[in-house]
Amino acid sequence: MYLTREEEKMLDGEYGESYSKCMRLLVTVGEMFEAKRMVKVKSCHVSGVSYKNIDEPGLKLLKSFFEEGVRVRVKSTLNPMGMDREKWKLIGLNKNFALKQLEILKIFGGMGFNLTCSCIPYLVGNKPKTGDHVAWAESSATIYANSVLGAKTNRESGLSALASALTGRTPLYGYHLEENRKPTIHVKVEYKPSNLLEIGALGYFIGKNFPESIPYFSGLDWLSMDGLKVLGSGMASSGAIALYHVKNLTPEAAKFSSKELKEAEKFKVGLEEIKKTIQDLSEENSQPDAVFLGCPHYSLNQIRDVMLYMKKRRVKAKRKLWIFTSKKVYEEAKKIGYVNLIEKFGGLILNDTCMVVSPIENLGINSIYTDSCKAAHYMAGNFKVTLKSLTQCLEAVFS
Amino acid sequence: MTTLKLKGRKLVGEGRVEGKALVTQQPISFFGGVNPKTGIIVEKNHELKGKCVKRKILVFPFGKGSSVGSYVLYAMATYGTAPLAIINQKTDTIIAVGCALANIPLIDKLEKNPTKIIKTGDWIKIFPDGLVEVKKKN
Repeated sequence: MYLTREEEKMLDGEYGESYSKCMRLLVTVGEMFEAKRMVKVKSCHVSGVSYKNIDEPGLKLLKSFFEEGVRVRVKSTLNPMGMDREKWKLIGLNKNFALKQLEILKIFGGMGFNLTCSCIPYLVGNKPKTGDHVAWAESSATIYANSVLGAKTNRESGLSALASALTGRTPLYGYHLEENRKPTIHVKVEYKPSNLLEIGALGYFIGKNFPESIPYFSGLDWLSMDGLKVLGSGMASSGAIALYHVKNLTPEAAKFSSKELKEAEKFKVGLEEIKKTIQDLSEENSQPDAVFLGCPHYSLNQIRDVMLYMKKRRVKAKRKLWIFTSKKVYEEAKKIGYVNLIEKFGGLILNDTCMVVSPIENLGINSIYTDSCKAAHYMAGNFKVTLKSLTQCLEAVFS
Repeated sequence: MTTLKLKGRKLVGEGRVEGKALVTQQPISFFGGVNPKTGIIVEKNHELKGKCVKRKILVFPFGKGSSVGSYVLYAMATYGTAPLAIINQKTDTIIAVGCALANIPLIDKLEKNPTKIIKTGDWIKIFPDGLVEVKKKN
């Protein structure tokens, strides 16, 4: 693959071992996909922030980068970490974990990362423009950047996104190329999902049945930002989907000719498939120990909806209501007064972390209600999980 | 003893490596599927469950599962439990990224499906240009 003089210098170690490692990694991926060259990226989003996920060798690797004095070359944000900076003790996480997690955060900070840790970076300061080349990890953020923002990224791993953050480059292949962004399947949605759980389940169903497709949806042009977020996160967790289009809504949907759409396979989906998906991801569970919301991180509107639905009813002492979001969204919600109305009545809002990357398996919580198919997918091994709509979830913590 | 020579695509690694093959036709998830401290495969229902990948030439079709798998391969290299080299039918990003970072030789796209041609226990030599020599056990 062709490398510029600057890229060769990085590869040959002229800027040190860390940059060389990063460039070697990117060249390997590039050669694997037969990329002709690198492309400069406008921003990066890096996963693999929780100590639970990267473990001691991951921490040591980051440390070695940091000690060599490497810095990010572009705007770079982080995925959720393993705990809330302030409330980790409150929920019973141990100090050793907390210290390791804070060390990781300090290292990322030292490399110039923005220390907001969220899976919705596009709502908290990292929002690429249509056509921008970026390198994003975190499958739900990747699919949002491609589909809703019209930016261009492959499905990066935490490490390849890190290498891109430090070198400012990514190999030019896959979704960076216009010809690879055309729909491969035309999904006609014949039922209007009645809440975000059903939208997520629709996505999960498509991802499971067409794991390597680029879906083009018709019948969903009424979706909100949160709807698009949840639809994508479902598809990206059950399948390897990183790009979809919605007729009359997403930025690239109008580009495709009727001929191109005709060439795509047709598929119809309705209430039956959605119901079945929710059922398959759910275990029998009449009384949850806890309700977990916020996968992907809740937006300000979703936090408002929780507050409104609670109507000042109190969460029962034997149950937990945890909402996961970004620190920035939390601060806004606090200013408006939502946080107070939720936390005063027994809910807890945890920032910059989430139920999937936090070591919460050993806190005595067994059965969970959640409104997220992605959370159900990843938590099934450690908890008894049942999918419920937001209102059903909240009713369960009041009784 | 039969010896086969197969040409493949070398993605990571410079020198020559040789060792004993450990082969599976099932994909491997390093995250959750392999204990990085011991190199033993722990995935429930995997045909290699209980087998150790340490210092073996590990042959499998491709990776699966979480992208954190790259970190696990890297961890295994630092713990000394990583395979000597990996031969995939067609590799994927998780495996390639992990190998590139940990400097574990990686080769794929052999002329013939390696998970069928190579058997566990065969002696494998991998040359820098992507040539794979297979000495059959029997």
